[in-house]
Amino acid sequence: MTAFLVVLVIILFGVAVWQMTKIFEMSKTKQTDTGDIASDKDNKVNGYLMVMFLVFLYVLAIVCFWKWGDVLLPKAGSEHGSQIDNLMLISMILIFFVGIVTHWLLLTFAFKYKGEKGKKAIFYADNDKLEFIWTIIPVIVLAGLIIYGLFTWTDIMNVSEEDDPLVVELYAYQFDWRARYSGEDNTLGEANVRLIEGVNQLGVDASDPNAQDDIVVNELHLPVGRKVLFKMRSQDVLHSAYMPHFRAQMNVVPGMITQFSFTPTITTEEMRMDDEVVEKVRHINLLRREKSKELAAKGESPLDSYEFDYLLLCNKICGVNHYNMQMKIVVESQEDYEAWLAEQPKLDETFAKLKENR
Amino acid sequence: MSAHTEELAVDHHDDHGHHHKQTFITKYIFSTDHKMISRQYLITGIFMGIIGILMSVLFRMQIAWPEEPFTIFEIFLGKWAEGGVMDPSVYLALVTIHGTIMVFFVLTAGLSGTFSNLLIPLQIGARDMASGFLNMVSYWLFFISSVIMVFSLFVEAGPASAGWTVYPPLSALPQAIPGSGTGMTLWLVSLAIFIASSLLGSLNYIVTTLNLRTKGMSMTRLPLTIWAFFVTAIIGVVSFPVLLSAALMLIMDRSFGTSFFLSDIYIAGEVLHNQGGSPVLFEHLFWFLGHPEVYIVILPAMGIVSEVMATNSRKPIFGYRAMIASILAIAFLSTIVWGHHMFVSGMNPFLGSVFTFTTLLIAIPSAVKAFNWITTIWKGNLQMNPAMLFSIAFVSTFITGGLTGIILGDSALDINVHDTYFVIAHFHLVMGISAVYGLLAGVYHWFPKMFEGRLMNKNLGYVHFWVTAIGAYGIFFPMHFVGMAGLPRRYYTNTNFPYFDDLADINLVITIFAIITASVQVVFLYNFFHSIFYGKIGPKNPWRSTTLEWTAEMKHIHGNWDGPIPHVHRWAYDYSKLNKDETDYVIPGQDYVPQHIPLKDNEEEMNH
Repeated sequence: MTAFLVVLVIILFGVAVWQMTKIFEMSKTKQTDTGDIASDKDNKVNGYLMVMFLVFLYVLAIVCFWKWGDVLLPKAGSEHGSQIDNLMLISMILIFFVGIVTHWLLLTFAFKYKGEKGKKAIFYADNDKLEFIWTIIPVIVLAGLIIYGLFTWTDIMNVSEEDDPLVVELYAYQFDWRARYSGEDNTLGEANVRLIEGVNQLGVDASDPNAQDDIVVNELHLPVGRKVLFKMRSQDVLHSAYMPHFRAQMNVVPGMITQFSFTPTITTEEMRMDDEVVEKVRHINLLRREKSKELAAKGESPLDSYEFDYLLLCNKICGVNHYNMQMKIVVESQEDYEAWLAEQPKLDETFAKLKENR
Repeated sequence: MSAHTEELAVDHHDDHGHHHKQTFITKYIFSTDHKMISRQYLITGIFMGIIGILMSVLFRMQIAWPEEPFTIFEIFLGKWAEGGVMDPSVYLALVTIHGTIMVFFVLTAGLSGTFSNLLIPLQIGARDMASGFLNMVSYWLFFISSVIMVFSLFVEAGPASAGWTVYPPLSALPQAIPGSGTGMTLWLVSLAIFIASSLLGSLNYIVTTLNLRTKGMSMTRLPLTIWAFFVTAIIGVVSFPVLLSAALMLIMDRSFGTSFFLSDIYIAGEVLHNQGGSPVLFEHLFWFLGHPEVYIVILPAMGIVSEVMATNSRKPIFGYRAMIASILAIAFLSTIVWGHHMFVSGMNPFLGSVFTFTTLLIAIPSAVKAFNWITTIWKGNLQMNPAMLFSIAFVSTFITGGLTGIILGDSALDINVHDTYFVIAHFHLVMGISAVYGLLAGVYHWFPKMFEGRLMNKNLGYVHFWVTAIGAYGIFFPMHFVGMAGLPRRYYTNTNFPYFDDLADINLVITIFAIITASVQVVFLYNFFHSIFYGKIGPKNPWRSTTLEWTAEMKHIHGNWDGPIPHVHRWAYDYSKLNKDETDYVIPGQDYVPQHIPLKDNEEEMNH
């Protein structure tokens, strides 16, 4: 009997051990590793970092303005430009206001509601009133911006013949610009790439009477205060005539004539006197002198000192030398402009030369 | 519908025991299983992403230190960087291919391809896509197009270099730029195949979402991820064919003498015969896809962020129906705003007015979404997992980038910032960085679903996140200033304009941030590949999420659920829902109720 009890105890003990190891094994295999799921500590650390991130963003914005606020374009040199700048300012104030507020909310919420064990989130799925508010506010604000923007846009793009604009052709090719003045008749002669021949670089029709007094140059001079209508033509690929100081840009498209018009209001000389421009040029020259010193140390020629000029740049990728396709623009008084124009050869001379060479 | 689905599902389940025998080829290569295809998309996308980001580092170095020699240029660019100085033509090639790869191969295929494939069947309760075979074909077409794109980098005259928008005539004429020879041909062929792949994929996503939802999964119970993928697929089907037609016409102009986009051209000393075409037509066709494309990129990211945010806030997404409505509104508007890329293209100024109007309208649903996300985290119990951090950062960059869109969408203001660095800063924040954050949030969140329960290392995730978040703003915030200073994009160097000399140090700062941000992605890559093999195995539902994918087997099996497909009894956002007496959660002690749990007695029924 005792032997039987001993055997039973041993068997039961064995079963118990077997069961226990099995439980142990099962608990081991079932156990999963939650080490890579955020813990309360992670929530706390990252919550604080979210606030630091908010500070970083605000500081970044302030530093950028403080350090680089002076690189922005100076005041507009054209009549419509001030309208654009005004609209830009309004939009920017709006953007910064919304940006600052929404980031404040987003990132302080991220800090304030960082997770803790046992904390309860609220079940908050809908609120029609709130959603209506933040639908209707953007609607109203955007309606204002759209209306202001559209009036400005139509104002800029509508060119009426009554303004008697000075008609100038801007001609783009890889990788330079030409300007063709329409002369005394203020009418451009017909032109087509099929007529390009020798010195007649722009393919102007020699038989067109309107073309005889046209003038082709590679520096753009504009009289101050007179509306200019640019007719743009490309010889080969897409280009874009970008005149940032006049807040003006239009693509130049082969096969069609595009146009843009503006009235320059500040002469180059006046612009050079403008405080902002003076400061900018001083800064640029400072940088150039430093660079020149470096170059001199290497035995290379120094950089020229810089003087402000209006620019026409190509702003549509047009080929390998896209980065250096520019033309100088000079805005001057009516008298200076006329004097300069009178010195330039007219196209009839070019046509005559062309005939001789044939 | 559901009866039919169930029948199909049962059929499928019955015979799924028979085809367990899979060879290496059918399991890993020509797989028709959506989970495997999703992994294939992700890994191909990551590979293309490495190329694209590396290219951006190279051209940023050229901008910061113009025409200075670097050994790294010689290593990567070979004959296009003799003596280590980058050649202007390869600079344009780099920016072109960077754009193409990032937009199409990483953010379209890598993001939408990965997560639509992974999540649509798992979250709607289906055993696989409607057509596994088409799904496989879709991936392999994508793979072929990736191979062709990478191959085009090695052709004699260089890869396509007319900008990622490939505007003709520059892209049509090899005389205009060397990259428009064989490189451009390969680019077009690659894109044509890519479009075919995208269409097959999209049709599959649409059909699957409409037909294979499990019992009880009504459209208004779908997680927002599925809504986003579904609508994305529809936009893709509507707009990608238009790009295909543009690409075909461009191929014809280049090779068969047609004149769709060419007229009156004198180049390299001779007049071309082409007459009557218009480059503006190409711009219209391109942007008819190109603009919806940015929403194809951003909508899936929005869906992922909505889901990740709700889960990690332990709160329902705020305004579920408004979120769906805004997805639909954005999708609709996205197809009628393409002209805002063309305000100064020479098209009729009246069209400019129309497009300004429609463009600014998009700000309204976008604002609703942003406010809803912010309200979602309000009074939550935020679990700061890496996926959650990326989701919060997504909302931040989406707001910042979206706000500058108000300027670019306004035709009058666009005149002066068009094609400047302002545009680059804007779209990188709003659709580049934001979509990448969406992608990364998705990878961190669904990694356990992709790789059989393994989790990515969270501490490496935190390092990756914080350096990326700060670096991305460090790159693109100062860039707005460069743009507003009037600097055009795609300039090889700015040294020919003394006027821009004072921008040099901003460009230097941007490049340094770019190098740091790109480097920290190595931490992600290590974490990703290391965790595939050695990641800790977490619980079956590591984020305590309500959606169906977490009820599926951890081990990948064909058919997803070993038993019958779960039925759905509630919407996807029952987080922290209290019982009727407000004494405890609906399931005591558990702050979420998975979708397959039937309504409880002491629970108030909501509208879902």
